[in-house]
Amino acid sequence: MNDFLKDFRNPEISSMLNNELSKYKDRTYRIMELCGTHTMSLFKSGVRDILPGNIKLISGPGCPVCVTPNYYMDNAVKLAMMKDVIVTTFGDLMRVPGNGKSLLEAKTDGADARVVYSPIDSLKVATENPDKKVVFLSVGFETTTPIVALTVKKAREEGINNFLILSGNKTMPAAIELLAMDKDVAIDGFFYPGHVCSVAGTEYARIISKKYGIPGVVAGFEPVDLLYAILELVKLINEGNGEVKNLYGRVVRDEGNLDAYNTMFEVFKPCDTVWRGIGNIPMSGLELREAYEAFDAWKVFDLKQNIDEKINGCICGEILKGLKEPSECPLFAKACTPNKPVGACMVSSEGSCAAHYKYGRNKNV
Amino acid sequence: MCLGLPGRVVELSDKKCIVDIMGATRQIAADFIKDLKIGDYVLIHAGCAVSKIDEDEAKSTIEIFKELEEVMHE
Repeated sequence: MNDFLKDFRNPEISSMLNNELSKYKDRTYRIMELCGTHTMSLFKSGVRDILPGNIKLISGPGCPVCVTPNYYMDNAVKLAMMKDVIVTTFGDLMRVPGNGKSLLEAKTDGADARVVYSPIDSLKVATENPDKKVVFLSVGFETTTPIVALTVKKAREEGINNFLILSGNKTMPAAIELLAMDKDVAIDGFFYPGHVCSVAGTEYARIISKKYGIPGVVAGFEPVDLLYAILELVKLINEGNGEVKNLYGRVVRDEGNLDAYNTMFEVFKPCDTVWRGIGNIPMSGLELREAYEAFDAWKVFDLKQNIDEKINGCICGEILKGLKEPSECPLFAKACTPNKPVGACMVSSEGSCAAHYKYGRNKNV
Repeated sequence: MCLGLPGRVVELSDKKCIVDIMGATRQIAADFIKDLKIGDYVLIHAGCAVSKIDEDEAKSTIEIFKELEEVMHE
């Protein structure tokens, strides 16, 4: 495996691919990546810095933490402040502000919020604290949601009745289709999310690309993966037939992971949900099915969702659609920083504003 | 957040799967992967294997890069 990684990080191959890309200088190519890890990898590897100027990379809504709405975080804090509740969460959510405090700030007021690496680790917390209710903050796309579904099923099988989830899970296809339909966004090609595709497969991508005539690639995350995928995507854009190429075959099968995908829909069903910075996208969310409602913190604690939520003061929606650059936001690197984020894209390290802040603030990228 | 790490399966039973991730070992859930064997590489996300890494596919992708390099140097 290490030998493979050496090849996927080979500077000579990277340089060769970039030279080849520089031959395509006749027009501008607007490419949107749809995975936060791609956003980070493109910055961190330096690929973004060396690309020819006519190839424009736009960071779409590919980070599940960034698109989690304010009302979700407000409810998470409310739960964590309850005396008989322990909230468990991925570390990324601890600093996310809602309309009030973040979980990290609430901890100083006595909130019990604990970081777990895996949703399954929450079951151990629940069995060790039988007098408390343990609520896992369940955000994520198709890569993550099957693992939460598995955790809920395990809790039921093992009779762990003090475990619940606060579902804020989302699915990608409806959001990608919204971007494909938006004439202002004017995307030439999609960088489909590699790890979402490892579960969801590539069929949904092929349907969207064909329907809207916007080609796409499924790509890995190493520098050579990224440059090769950009080169292939530029060629597909010139061919203009809305094709999708899977260039991450070592991980992504065209059919996806059916066991994981089916487990997700056995436990969850589609619902409307708000994408922070974008608004409500009908049927792009996931909620627990009736058979699992005893595990549903929204129902058990009678919590309210605000589908009409609006966030004032930042231009996250326009940034997520690639209409504006982070540096065009009046709050960027002033009122809004990674330590005190205001908007969606600065919240997680994989958000486009956070990535621009860390790697591109002083460069013209 | 959708970070995936490659890990090698070092211990496997009906109830338990231990992987080596760059020298660190950890128990993971392997419920979604069929026909797993010791020595297989898997992509791990949030404590669960989501895909088996296909070494032959990795090799053939690298071959494509090498062929491209040869063509461009000609």
